[in-house]
Amino acid sequence: MDDFLAARSQMALSLGFHIIYSCIGMVMPVFMAISHFKWIKTQDPVYKNITVAWSKGVAIFFATGAVSGTMLSFELGLLWPGFMKHAGPIFGMPFSLEGVAFFIEAIALGLFLYGWNRLNNWVHWTAGIIVGVSGVASGILVVAANSWMNSPSGFDFVNGQYINIDPVKAMFNKAWFSESLHMIIAAFSATGFAVAGIHALMIYRKQNVLFHTKAFKIAIIFGAAAAILQPFSGDLSAKNAAKRQPAKLAAMEAYFHTQEYAPLVIGGIPDTAAKKVNYGIEIPGLLSFLVHDNFKTPVNGLDKIPVKNQPPVAVTHYAFQIMVGIGVLMMLIGIIYFYELWKKKDLLSKSWFLKTFIWATPLGFIALEAGWTVTEVGRQPWIIQGVMRTSEAVTPMPGIQYSFYLFSFIYFTLSVAVIFLLKRQIQMVPELYDRKTA
Amino acid sequence: MMLYIVILFLFAAITLYFLLGGADFGAGIIELFTSTDNKHRTRKIMYQAIGPIWEANHMWLIITVVVLFVGFPVIYSEMCIYLHIPLLIMLLGVIARGTAFSFRNYDAVKDEKTQAFYTHIFVYSSFVTPLFLGIIAGSALSGQIDPKATDFAHAYIFSWFNWFSVSVGFFTVALCGFLAAIYIVGETEDIDEIKRYIRKAKIMNIAAVICGALVFLASHFERVHLANWIFGNPVSLVAVIAATISLVVLYLIISHRKNRQWIRVLAAFQVCMILISVGFSRFPRFVIFKDGSSMSLLTEHANSNSIDDLGIGLLVGSLFILPALGYLYYAFKKKA
Repeated sequence: MDDFLAARSQMALSLGFHIIYSCIGMVMPVFMAISHFKWIKTQDPVYKNITVAWSKGVAIFFATGAVSGTMLSFELGLLWPGFMKHAGPIFGMPFSLEGVAFFIEAIALGLFLYGWNRLNNWVHWTAGIIVGVSGVASGILVVAANSWMNSPSGFDFVNGQYINIDPVKAMFNKAWFSESLHMIIAAFSATGFAVAGIHALMIYRKQNVLFHTKAFKIAIIFGAAAAILQPFSGDLSAKNAAKRQPAKLAAMEAYFHTQEYAPLVIGGIPDTAAKKVNYGIEIPGLLSFLVHDNFKTPVNGLDKIPVKNQPPVAVTHYAFQIMVGIGVLMMLIGIIYFYELWKKKDLLSKSWFLKTFIWATPLGFIALEAGWTVTEVGRQPWIIQGVMRTSEAVTPMPGIQYSFYLFSFIYFTLSVAVIFLLKRQIQMVPELYDRKTA
Repeated sequence: MMLYIVILFLFAAITLYFLLGGADFGAGIIELFTSTDNKHRTRKIMYQAIGPIWEANHMWLIITVVVLFVGFPVIYSEMCIYLHIPLLIMLLGVIARGTAFSFRNYDAVKDEKTQAFYTHIFVYSSFVTPLFLGIIAGSALSGQIDPKATDFAHAYIFSWFNWFSVSVGFFTVALCGFLAAIYIVGETEDIDEIKRYIRKAKIMNIAAVICGALVFLASHFERVHLANWIFGNPVSLVAVIAATISLVVLYLIISHRKNRQWIRVLAAFQVCMILISVGFSRFPRFVIFKDGSSMSLLTEHANSNSIDDLGIGLLVGSLFILPALGYLYYAFKKKA
């Protein structure tokens, strides 16, 4: 493995793990605050138990999210010093604001976790809400920084010099809104489904049914609503990519030749050498319609992009297909859930219904990783779209592969540890969290 | 003007990380050097002391990094290149420490075996992290970073693996232990415990003085003109004298258990004086290279727009952060 590939792999690995920890760390506090609110309002001890149980999960994920995020802020420099040297002052604005949001989140979390019996109920509850709000704000800000890499603005690049820098303009680049929206909704739907899935499993096993049913309901309302909203935000994102990163869009769709009535290709195996997709299902005109709201208007294909500026087509295409496929599936499950809610049917006693959610537990995170792959791999070979190549940004230090092996080991261990801890939390629900009195 | 505000925030964040995060690290260091009989008690007191605040204390590191890469990107990326290895080890320490600490406390099943496992990771990483933090700080100033080096060892190893940097590392560890012991003295009402921690604070302080002497000795071997820096300008000199006097005062009042808040203030004051003394003597140089050239905070900064926005961000941010942080410390000071 050469140093460049090792650096890219290490970054991909770090982001891939951080994104899961941080999404859970961002969304769980919101669930926690909802159940806390219900407890204060109803004084039903089940809600207090759920709040306490979830807060343990929040603490674990906040810690892993915070440390993996710290790693990332250093890895940006350790692996890509060439990038940070120029980009730091331009896209640093969202990072500094994120630092503030993150700080407030850490303070509020300290107050929340240790505030039981010390703080007034509503002050305590507000601390929980602040954890959630600042978590979501951090998410938006970090993605705004990433979107700048996809849609660089707020500077002029003249003769290799970065001049006329305007960090505010860089932060509000043209992709920040659609990308952040897509990410936040993804976080809610992935976490909502995952949390609901775990509680569904416990209901299925008939353990502490009341506790898990109430927990399930809070999580799935968010998960299902987010899953139903996601395709709309996805459409917005795709249109944005088409406008600003035609190469990425073409790779996502494995769309090699510019043509009128551009077809949407579903599935298939891209053959980059022959510039065609085998075994895919083509729906003529649909891509044109999705991008231009018109079935006829041609969409720019990979043939309009010099080969040296093209992203890896196969990876991007597969990742995109996985993301969209899972997204549609989650949306359908979400619709089924709301239909059930509307018809007031008690499907939670039906095993097929529970099984659906149990199987859906990891789906959102798979989609999340796939979506992240589309964003990042689809931007290659650029680290700053159209301005700086990833290969120009990498550190001159050799031996990065060892660092990559080390990090792989660490993230693997950390994930095993988190799964182990969550298992033990669930195992202890009857003893610790399902008491009849508050 | 804004540049100076940003620089002030940078030094404030470094100092606060050293004081608050340092006391955190120190808690682990003390646990590492506590006899097995007392470990359980020590752990309980320290957990109560740092549990609610350690996540917040850790944030000063993030602020430091963000100010560096937004405001001083060239300095940040050069440090990242030549100090890659110690930064990496420090980061591994941060990861291991943070996760082990929270896993230890939030693991729903508290069996001895896994708890002991978390504890091992926690205490050793509490030692390693400040050691490398000190090494990084020492290396930035030691003049051993050599951008002209052509082989791996000179470029990426000897830049930080030298007597001076390593002794600064150990000095940092001792100071963290000292800060933690003093901090905990103020956290408990138990007379025996207070006596124990006062003793620990004294031991750590002696260790710090010895390590400090080693730093001077090493500076002689590595041709770092530390003595000239510190005694060569009035501010640093006054800071060092103030630190020494406060050390004497600290020793005089440390046995009077009534003045526990004063002990804290004095300990924090001492560490601040040490940082100010060195920081001021080198200012505005932040990283010094082997050929004597250096990177200055006053020249190697980002464009003025970025600095202005960063300064405003920090000022506005601190309006939110500081009261919240104050409330956090206050809320857990009131005894439940």
